[in-house]
Amino acid sequence: MNVLDRFYKGDKIALSKLISYVENQSTGYRKLLAQIYPKAGRAYRVGMTGPPGAGKSTIVDKLTSLLTKEKKRVGIIAVDPTSPFTGGALLGDRIRMQDLTTRDGVFIRSMATRGSYGGLATSTKEVCLVLDAFGKDWILIETVGVGQVELDVVNACDTTIVVFVPESGDSIQAMKAGLMEIADIFVVNKSDREGAKRVISELDMILDIRRKKGEWECPIVSTEALNNKGIDLLLAKIFEHKKFISENGVLEQHRKNQIKGDLKRIIELKVKELLDEKILNSFDIDQIAERVYKGEDDPYSAGERVLNKVNLGK
Amino acid sequence: MERKIRILLAKPGLDGHDRGIKVIASAFRDAGFEVIYTGLRQTPEMIVEAAIQEDVDAIGMSILSGAHMTLFPRVLQLLREKGADHVLLLGGGIIPKEDVEKLEKMGVGKLFTPGTTTTEAIEYLKKAVSERRKEEKIL
Ligand SMILES: Nc1nc2c(ncn2[C@@H]2O[C@H](COP(=O)(O)OP(=O)(O)OP(=O)(O)O)[C@@H](O)[C@H]2O)c(=O)[nH]1
Ligand SMILES: [Mg+2]
Repeated sequence: MNVLDRFYKGDKIALSKLISYVENQSTGYRKLLAQIYPKAGRAYRVGMTGPPGAGKSTIVDKLTSLLTKEKKRVGIIAVDPTSPFTGGALLGDRIRMQDLTTRDGVFIRSMATRGSYGGLATSTKEVCLVLDAFGKDWILIETVGVGQVELDVVNACDTTIVVFVPESGDSIQAMKAGLMEIADIFVVNKSDREGAKRVISELDMILDIRRKKGEWECPIVSTEALNNKGIDLLLAKIFEHKKFISENGVLEQHRKNQIKGDLKRIIELKVKELLDEKILNSFDIDQIAERVYKGEDDPYSAGERVLNKVNLGK
Repeated sequence: MERKIRILLAKPGLDGHDRGIKVIASAFRDAGFEVIYTGLRQTPEMIVEAAIQEDVDAIGMSILSGAHMTLFPRVLQLLREKGADHVLLLGGGIIPKEDVEKLEKMGVGKLFTPGTTTTEAIEYLKKAVSERRKEEKIL
């Protein structure tokens, strides 16, 4: 039996192998994704983003525990940064999710960003698709601890949660513009610490200016993830948001926009691959550089000439 | 895309220090590996399950408690039971020489005792992983 057949039978090792296959963009991975695509689209995807150490993993851990109590199958993707100098990565999110390791229906995968800078790894969306096709009901995605607002997570999820801590006051001011666009729910975690109330009221003020009738009103949930406080309320808000966007067509539109983005990304990547292959193999780039350096050519005209000679479609 | 070496580092048993394993984790990262660190007090069941979910090439266990003769065989057994014996099991700690020989005979890839440099471990891993990896039929 090949790996895909085992995957369809619910084999966890096969699932894990397929994730690697997609993550490594191994030969033929597009064919694989095309094949499992019709099985996906059923999972509800929640993204968790926020500064380093805010408690994202701890929240994901506690949320998942609640979801499994309702017999939901949960996939978790936890992203941590790849070192730009060595290409290596230390993936430590599982430390906060130890109790979930052997829980029925739960599958956790750590991913290194591998050169992607938007808070997710290059293939996080594709891995999401694989988990979805495997039959997960919920997929929770934890981004790297980002200092600034990142859009990748919005393009990969249905509900986006931004986590702050009582110490985040200044950074909230600094990034208030972008935040409104990405957050569906705000969490102020570590509410056991001083300053939580202040951050909540600051957030509330910023949100108040933006609130529009008939639109989703982004709530602020105060949690102490470590003590499992406020997580039930957070889950209730997630369900509320899910219901809200499902009923008024926002989810449908959001997913269609994501498909457009995916299409663009898929084509761009393919074109880039073709270009790399064709241009680097059929043109003497060193010679062009030599001529440009000597003043016999310029890179703009040379670039045009090269592109005109490459037949990308063939 | 070049395939990264992925390794899970775990510390089973009840002894509470993770300084040593964190030093190794950083060295492996600097060697370009993707290191999944799962924390302290892991049971063999948790270690094997995490290794499966992360599709790692190898598991590295650090054992200082003296329980190596039960923990290593147990992890090997679980890997076999779950059909994951393609994963290479490695370890480190204070382990008497005769035990090292016994465990390596049972199927533990290599045991690094105090005095081994991280460079040796890295070189060993690179070689062992490239020998073990096999192409599987996906579609
Ligand atoms: N006081 C307090 N500490 C908490 C709370 N929630 C999480 N922590 C602690 O905060 C630290 C970081 O938590 P993580 O869940 O690893 O945070 P993270 O956002 O996933 O961190 P990165 O993935 O490294 O960005 C841990 O030591 C947690 O135990 C809380 O509600 N109160
Ligand atoms: Mg984390």
